[in-house]
Amino acid sequence: MANRFWNEYQKTIADDHYFYERSCIRQTFFPGSETAFLRMLREELDKDIFDDFRQHTCTGIGYHTDVVPLETTMTVVARLFSLMTEHGYENYVPSCVTSFGVFTEMVHTWQERPDLLEKTRENLYKACKREFNLPKNIAHPSDVIYHFRFELAEKMKYRLVNRFTGKPLKVVEHIGCHYAKIFPDKGVGKAEFPYVLAGMIEAWGGEVVDYPERRHCCGFGFRQYLVQENRGYSVSNTKKKLESMEPYEPDFIVSNCPGCSMFLDRWQYTIAEMEHKTYDREGYGIPVLTYEEMAGLLLGYDPWELGLQIHQVQAERLLDKIGIPYNPKDKYKSADGKILRAPEKPENLLV
Amino acid sequence: MIKFGFAIKTPRSENMDSVSLERFNKLQERVPSFKRCFQCGCCSATCSARQFTDFSIRRIHTSFRRGDYEGLDEALKKCMLCGKCTLVCPRGVNLRSLIINMRQILDEKE
Repeated sequence: MANRFWNEYQKTIADDHYFYERSCIRQTFFPGSETAFLRMLREELDKDIFDDFRQHTCTGIGYHTDVVPLETTMTVVARLFSLMTEHGYENYVPSCVTSFGVFTEMVHTWQERPDLLEKTRENLYKACKREFNLPKNIAHPSDVIYHFRFELAEKMKYRLVNRFTGKPLKVVEHIGCHYAKIFPDKGVGKAEFPYVLAGMIEAWGGEVVDYPERRHCCGFGFRQYLVQENRGYSVSNTKKKLESMEPYEPDFIVSNCPGCSMFLDRWQYTIAEMEHKTYDREGYGIPVLTYEEMAGLLLGYDPWELGLQIHQVQAERLLDKIGIPYNPKDKYKSADGKILRAPEKPENLLV
Repeated sequence: MIKFGFAIKTPRSENMDSVSLERFNKLQERVPSFKRCFQCGCCSATCSARQFTDFSIRRIHTSFRRGDYEGLDEALKKCMLCGKCTLVCPRGVNLRSLIINMRQILDEKE
C-alpha cells in the first residue's frame, strides 16, 4: 500500500541522451558545479549529454520580476528548444531550478493553449527562421543525479559519514520553490514530500535533518532581493530558516537551486556583520553545497576544482570530517597555475 | 559596521511551545462556553466601549490565547459590562463572565 501510494510521487526521468542548458547565475556563483555534473554523466555514468555553446538565458529572473513579458519568454524558450531539436535531442535538462520552472510552465501553457504555441512558432520563425519540437522529458539535473544515485554511490570514494565519530553527517536539504511548488507532479515527491535531495543524502550515507522550517522559502524571492531596500525581507526569511535548523547542529546544507544556495550561504555573512550571530558553535557558519558539489566531493573530485573556495562559508572543516584531502596552497590557484590574491577575511564570520 | 541599506526584521510569528498557557487553561475551565468562540468579531463590532476607545475584546481574547498578558489588565478596565456582546454572540459565549474572569485571573498570582 505504502509503495503504491509513493509511486504517485515519482516522476519520469529519462535514462540517456540529454540536452543540457546552463544557468546564467550558477556559472558565477558555483563555477565548478555544471562542469562537475557534465563530468559525472560522461565519465562516471557513460551517458550522452550535449552542451551547446549557442545557448542563452531563459529570461527566468526577468520574467519573475515582471521585466520580461510572457510572449518574449515563450519565444526565448522556443529558441532554446530549437537548439535541442536541431541536435536531435528530446530530453531537456535545465541546470537552474528557475529555468526548470519556466520551461515546465511554458510547455504546460502551450498544452492548455495551442493557439499560443502556434503564435510562438510564428514569432520564433519571424525572429530567427528557426523551428522546434517540444521536449519529451524535462528533468532537472538534481532529478538526473537522484535517478542514478545508487550507480554513483558505487563509484564514490567517500561517504557522508563523520570519520572521527563514525556517525552519519547531519545534512539539511533545501529544495528550490520552483522545483515542485509550481507544478507539484513535476518533482520527485511532489511539493509536500520532496525526496530528490533527501534520496541522495540517504543513499550516500548521510542523515537528513527534519527541522520545523524545512519547507520555508530561502528568502531569495526575486523581488525581495532585487531592490536594495527590500532585502530585509530576504535576509529575514533566511534568518528564520537558519534559526530553525541551528539546534540540530547540521554539518552542512545542500540545495538544488542557485538562488537558495547563494542566499543561505551569503546571508550568513550579512547576519554575522549585522547581528554578530553565526549558526554553528565555533563561529564558522554552516557550509552550503550544491548537489553537484556534494556528489563531486564524494566521488573524489578536487574541492578547489569544484569551486568550494568561492563560497562564503568555507568548507575545510567539512572536508576534514569526511576525510577528503586538499592542498591549502592550491586554494586560490588559477587555471594557469598562478597563485591569486586571497580574499579579505570578514570581521565576524570565521574562515 | 557595514551599512547594507536594509534591516533584518523580527518575525511576527508566535512560538506556542515557548508560551505558558496556564492562565488561558484556567479561563477555559471557569468559562466553558469560551471554548466555542470562533473569533468572528461580532463582540468587538457591537461593543459600545469600542466606539469611543481602543478597547477590543477580540484582540484581548487573542492575546490571552497566545499567553501575551502585557497591558491586558488596563485594557480590560475599559469594559462597561453592558453585555451587548453576549447578546450578539452567535456561539453563545458568556462574554461578560469572560471579562470578569480574565480580570480575576490576571490579579491572581501565577
